[in-house]
Amino acid sequence: MAERHLPTQELERVTIRFAGDSGDGMQLTGTQFTRTAAVFGNDISTLPDFPAEIRAPAGSLPGVSGFQLSFSSTDIHTPGDQPDVLVAMNPAALKANIGDLPAGGALIVNEDAFTPTNLHKVGYAENPLHDGTLSQYTVFPIPISSLNARSLDGLEMSNKQIDLTKNFFALGLMFWLYERSMDPTLRWIEDRFKARPVIAEANARALKAGYAFGETTEMFHTHYRVAPAHLPPGRYRNITGNEATALGFVAASRKSGRPIFYGSYPITPASDILHLLSGYKHFGVKTFQAEDEIAAIGSAIGASYGGALGMTGTSGPGIALKSEAIGLAVMVELPLVVIDVQRAGPSTGMPTKNEQADLLQVLFGRNSDSPVAVVAPATPGDCFDMAFEAVRIALTYMTPVIYLSDAFLATGAEPWLIPSVASLPEIGVENRTERAGFHPYDRDPKTLARPWAVPGTPGLEHRIGGLEKADVTGNVSYDPDNHHRMQLLRQAKIAGIANDIPELTVFGPQRGDLLILGWGSTYGSIRSAAERLQATGQSVAHAHLRHLNPFPRNLGTILSNYRRVLIPEINLGQLALLVRGRYLVDAISYDRVRGKPFRITEIVEAAEAALEGKTVS
Amino acid sequence: MTDRAIATPPTAPTPLEPPALSPANQAVLTQLTRKDFVSDQEVRWCPGCGDYSILAQTQKVMPDFGYPKENIVFISGIGCSGRLPYYMNTYGFHSIHGRAPTLATGLKAARPDLMVWVITGDGDALSIGGNHVLHSMRRNVDIKLVMFNNRIYGLTKGQASPTSELGKRTKSTPDGTIDHPIMPLSVALAAEATFVARSVDTHTEHLQQTLERAGRHRGSAFTEVLQNCNIFNDGAWRSFTDREVRDDRMLVLEHGRPMLFGKDRDRGIRLRGLHPEVVQLGVDGVAEDDILVHDEHAEDPYLAFMLSRMFFPDFPVPVGVIRDVERPTHDELLSAQLAAAVEQRGEGDLEKLLNGGETWTVEPDDRP
Ligand SMILES: Cc1ncc(C[n+]2csc(CCOP(=O)(O)OP(=O)(O)O)c2C)c(N)n1
Ligand code: SF4
Repeated sequence: MAERHLPTQELERVTIRFAGDSGDGMQLTGTQFTRTAAVFGNDISTLPDFPAEIRAPAGSLPGVSGFQLSFSSTDIHTPGDQPDVLVAMNPAALKANIGDLPAGGALIVNEDAFTPTNLHKVGYAENPLHDGTLSQYTVFPIPISSLNARSLDGLEMSNKQIDLTKNFFALGLMFWLYERSMDPTLRWIEDRFKARPVIAEANARALKAGYAFGETTEMFHTHYRVAPAHLPPGRYRNITGNEATALGFVAASRKSGRPIFYGSYPITPASDILHLLSGYKHFGVKTFQAEDEIAAIGSAIGASYGGALGMTGTSGPGIALKSEAIGLAVMVELPLVVIDVQRAGPSTGMPTKNEQADLLQVLFGRNSDSPVAVVAPATPGDCFDMAFEAVRIALTYMTPVIYLSDAFLATGAEPWLIPSVASLPEIGVENRTERAGFHPYDRDPKTLARPWAVPGTPGLEHRIGGLEKADVTGNVSYDPDNHHRMQLLRQAKIAGIANDIPELTVFGPQRGDLLILGWGSTYGSIRSAAERLQATGQSVAHAHLRHLNPFPRNLGTILSNYRRVLIPEINLGQLALLVRGRYLVDAISYDRVRGKPFRITEIVEAAEAALEGKTVS
Repeated sequence: MTDRAIATPPTAPTPLEPPALSPANQAVLTQLTRKDFVSDQEVRWCPGCGDYSILAQTQKVMPDFGYPKENIVFISGIGCSGRLPYYMNTYGFHSIHGRAPTLATGLKAARPDLMVWVITGDGDALSIGGNHVLHSMRRNVDIKLVMFNNRIYGLTKGQASPTSELGKRTKSTPDGTIDHPIMPLSVALAAEATFVARSVDTHTEHLQQTLERAGRHRGSAFTEVLQNCNIFNDGAWRSFTDREVRDDRMLVLEHGRPMLFGKDRDRGIRLRGLHPEVVQLGVDGVAEDDILVHDEHAEDPYLAFMLSRMFFPDFPVPVGVIRDVERPTHDELLSAQLAAAVEQRGEGDLEKLLNGGETWTVEPDDRP
């Protein structure tokens, strides 16, 4: 085959969206492209987007599964507002995603799937490939299914099995278009299908056929290159938020010498943390799939009572079930980490979609004043650090800590600079063994933590429980003044953590016209928006909270340094409510709850409106 | 069926081993008495409540297990029964309504060296906590669950409980409850409990023996104690537990012995088809050989289940150990999996774990 020498165009950043039926393997395709780009040295950011139904009817709109990834030669923070290229494997995928493709964008479609039946299924009266409706895009209709089938000629496979490999054809084509090596994926195929050589051969052939198609066809006139990114030196791996979370907990377990006990009940998008930790038994990690969320947290409290690092993980609906037990942990003052991987909507909501609307639930969703520490990671890689931090706070202060991740962080990926074990701090925690002067509710004067006296320690036999405690002795008490004092003490203990966490830092001018304040997974969009606004000379700064209870000590001062404060959130103004209440700052809320991360442009527009003093809507 | 019941029982399960102790500690232990298990807290149940007796028998049997008292933990839910841990001079955790088995599961998983008791009531265990009782039993979590059954909600002042008899009039059921009662022992058996027993608060000797058996069982031990709430449900069990009638109305089970009862031990239980039947020795040619022999260790639960459903007035109420079989415990299996993982993969190496998967190195460069 004669090689065609095509011009190569250098690009700084490319955003691709793979979309197809949920049975089409789009998540796998996206992940493989991500790995390859990451290993090449690009900065990357991903946004998987899949239906909650395991198998919605094939070819239907609810069955569309997508995976967007952005790779770049510069530092990026988001998976991109809009794709440059949309790969649509069928009419449903086209219909569901075309609205996001900007004019001039490239559209690669599997022409074979545009049959009258499939078109009819999603309500296309005419074939959009022929009726001129796609004229504003650069369309590449490719008979992917049939070309792919031909390349697998001679393999002993059913037609259905053959059809399942067409995603690799599409992937191969994209590898050719963006000058990416097929080797990492070929290695992966070989490894994955070791036991099934025919399947391995078919996938490898499909991948190569797609690549060769790009090379030989006259369809594409250019290909593109995105140079490696300029990242801080060191060793990297590609990591999702849930992976980083699990690693952070294992690291904290090692650094504190406390074995993990993780009690959990499966729920999207938190289940992967249970799956991952279950594979770390050789690290002394004990996992327990409980009968429900209440049992999960009960078991974690029991394990902490015994001296282990008790942890439990769930999503919003599960937190609702755990509330009573979180209150118990507040009362008995035991260390406990409660993971909430937030998802969209009240009740069952939209299980696979993103939202950050459990903040008020975890802060206040319990009976009485029941203070707990709350932390929230900002990016998939930051999940490692904040998981570690959650454990540190729980052990140091003998308190439940809520770790607020979300669906976007959990499944999104980015390159992660791997820390050395030596660089991680030790978490020193002792159990009380000294009998003299022991009282279960004595407090460390600095942290206000009570002693952790675990069963098995002679001479320290004592009783704890959910009934109000007498200060110091821990005996049951109905004394009114004691109750008042204990409520204040519990509150003061959590408030005091502010002296032990980093002050909030500001990106951009230290005083000025506008501060954009955010928390959680909106970090990337807000930071990119701030960069854009600053680049146009605007006086706009960004600060991002990773500690939500208590807030960093200097938050009030920072807020007072700007004319206006804008708080974008994927909820209906929860942080804004807290900031307004706590600091009497007239913060402007900017909220979008669509089950998706913010677009950068949305925040830029909101910030511009805020700068001009217009209402943001 | 009859054959099975009469067949020689398998050897008794190994009793729970106390932890290895130094000779000095052993000496201290042998000196432990009931008093060592009495805490400094004032007991606050209604005068005359059956809970006092259960507490006293519990304190009495504690020295027998050979466990140092710091290695014993009492976990309770909410209800009058839930106060018991405060009165034991051991470690104790008064948790939330119905959830004690969950705390016990986590504690036992983290600390297999502890002896863990769960104290619960009929409402606590079978209403709000039904799910947890079920699952702790099927997992064979090594907990000794003692359920105080007074057929009423005591702490909340007298509402119907899941064991209240049909038609029971209470504050919440002024026209009589229409909910069919639950048979606790049947539930425990259905949940695969490896030890199931019943005793009565006022039968102190029997209660003590039963608690001791429960304490020595390795695995999930479910013990129902028929308890009198003299304030809200006085005399709930009197019709068959009173001294004057109990010989005729209760069946004291003993392993390997025929199921005989009555003052003169002249009545017994025979199997007729699939049903138990009360028969009189010597009448219609009934001989002792016709009487069912109790086999605690029968692997299949059929006869145990039958016993769990026998109740006054149709039958004498069985008390004692209904079932006692061996199965690996949850914490043993969990610990074994951890040990196997270390064996196969070596002690976890954090540096390796963090650097797992595909990695690449970014060299320092001098681009701006
Ligand atoms: C979540 C919750 N719901 C309800 C209660 C109120 N409550 C306390 S004890 C109890 C019932 C106790 O009945 P039982 O278990 O039979 O115990 P007893 O008091 O009879 O020993 C109830 C409903 C509670 N404490 N917590
Ligand atoms: S209410 Fe009933 S169960 Fe509770 S302490 Fe009083 S007598 Fe005992």
